Amino acid sequence: MNLLNKFMNMDRRWIYLITAICVIIPFLIPIGLPTYTTPPVKNLYDKIDSTPEGQIVLLSLDFDAATLPELYPMAVTILNHCFVKDIKVILMSLYMQGIGIAQVCLEDVKREFPDKKEGIDYTFLPFVPGASIVILGIGEDIHKTFPTDYYGTLIDSLPMMRDVRNFDQISVAISLSGSAISRTWITYANQRYGANVAAGVTAVMAAENYPYLQTKQLTGMLGGLKGAAEYENLVEKNLKLETRKAACIGMDAQSAVHIMMIVFIILANIAYFAGRRRKK
Amino acid sequence: MRRTGPLKLCLICGVVMIIQFFIPHRFSKNLFEEAVHWLIVCGVPALVIGYYSIFHVHWTKIRRKREGWGYSIIIFAAVIIVALIGFIWGIGEKSVFMKIYQYMTMTMQATMFSLLGFYMASAAFRSFKARTPEATLLLIVALVIMFGRVPIGESVFIKLKLPNLVEWVLMYPNMAAQRGIGLGVGLGIMATSLKIMLGIERGWLGGAGK
Repeated sequence: MNLLNKFMNMDRRWIYLITAICVIIPFLIPIGLPTYTTPPVKNLYDKIDSTPEGQIVLLSLDFDAATLPELYPMAVTILNHCFVKDIKVILMSLYMQGIGIAQVCLEDVKREFPDKKEGIDYTFLPFVPGASIVILGIGEDIHKTFPTDYYGTLIDSLPMMRDVRNFDQISVAISLSGSAISRTWITYANQRYGANVAAGVTAVMAAENYPYLQTKQLTGMLGGLKGAAEYENLVEKNLKLETRKAACIGMDAQSAVHIMMIVFIILANIAYFAGRRRKK
Repeated sequence: MRRTGPLKLCLICGVVMIIQFFIPHRFSKNLFEEAVHWLIVCGVPALVIGYYSIFHVHWTKIRRKREGWGYSIIIFAAVIIVALIGFIWGIGEKSVFMKIYQYMTMTMQATMFSLLGFYMASAAFRSFKARTPEATLLLIVALVIMFGRVPIGESVFIKLKLPNLVEWVLMYPNMAAQRGIGLGVGLGIMATSLKIMLGIERGWLGGAGK
């Protein structure tokens, strides 16, 4: 009993230390357990995979660095998928800070695909304030909403953008976000313009998006680091593309921390009930 | 006029935009397109106001030497230095501006957010107790989801179809609850929008609404 009491009143710094160890050790000694593929991830993969060569996918990195560990691997693996299938990509962000992340992401992926050219294989759009208004603007005329690309080149002069006016020419619009902004894409891009919308969200946001998967307002969804890891495995398995799988590496740490928390919660409940019985 | 002008403008704009939504005519489409461009233009001054607000708050703090005024100087220095670097050497892929963003801003923000993981672990340990039947149900479902959403849980209980069970929980009970919440939120948004358009809710007018 005394031991349980001590455990219950444990200094929180011990919990912090154990959490840190559970995060660090799997990065040093990877386990590499397989990941089960969930239907929302498979649906998004299939949608992109079935997009014909030369068609366009819009990828919006609507997040800042706070949610980067979960969402960045999604951006990298989706870009890898598009480039290996020769699908053209419009890269953008509704977040001011997301533009910087998109630029870093593009640099990362271009190391694997050095032959991909701005304006021909991808277009990087600048930040325009307004979120929902920007989505509505793309639905009306993307050339008026974004007169130039991120580098200041006129959109009209970019070969891949000449025939793109609105969502009608975009196979799927994917929003990666740690906020409710993916629902803004559903409300405006999907409901108003009938665009195919998919989302990549943080694990805590995933549960909120399931109603939209059931109604097919979301074509597919990557939920948290696990969703990214599932997508990485699909890309590697089906397209034989061997790149650094950041999400899969992170999943080992997440496994360890989840197990740690489950053990802690169970022990805390045992101690709680033992204490209650003793009081009676 | 100071109060009734914005209220009338708000009512007219609201009613016009609702009506245009249901009219698939070219004029209605052009009107909507024009409104969208106006809104984008309106977003830019909002950014300027945001910057003014930050400068005003921190300048006041420094001038009155309020607690933590030293941090306000750091904010000023950071904004000015980073902006100058961006203006002088550009914001291209290999620029100093991008290096600052990549190796300072991104890492600091990610660190701040990562600290939540430690607090969550501690909070779950101290407060996640089966005190009532509802709390017990929540606890059991949470443990199943936590275990079933990581590869180790999937691998151990693959024969018991744990990943399928987790997907079922998310796809049915969770979805039903989320849809209920969503409907409530939607009705709330509609009610609030109507209140704003009819001038019942005047918080957006600031001091002029009183």
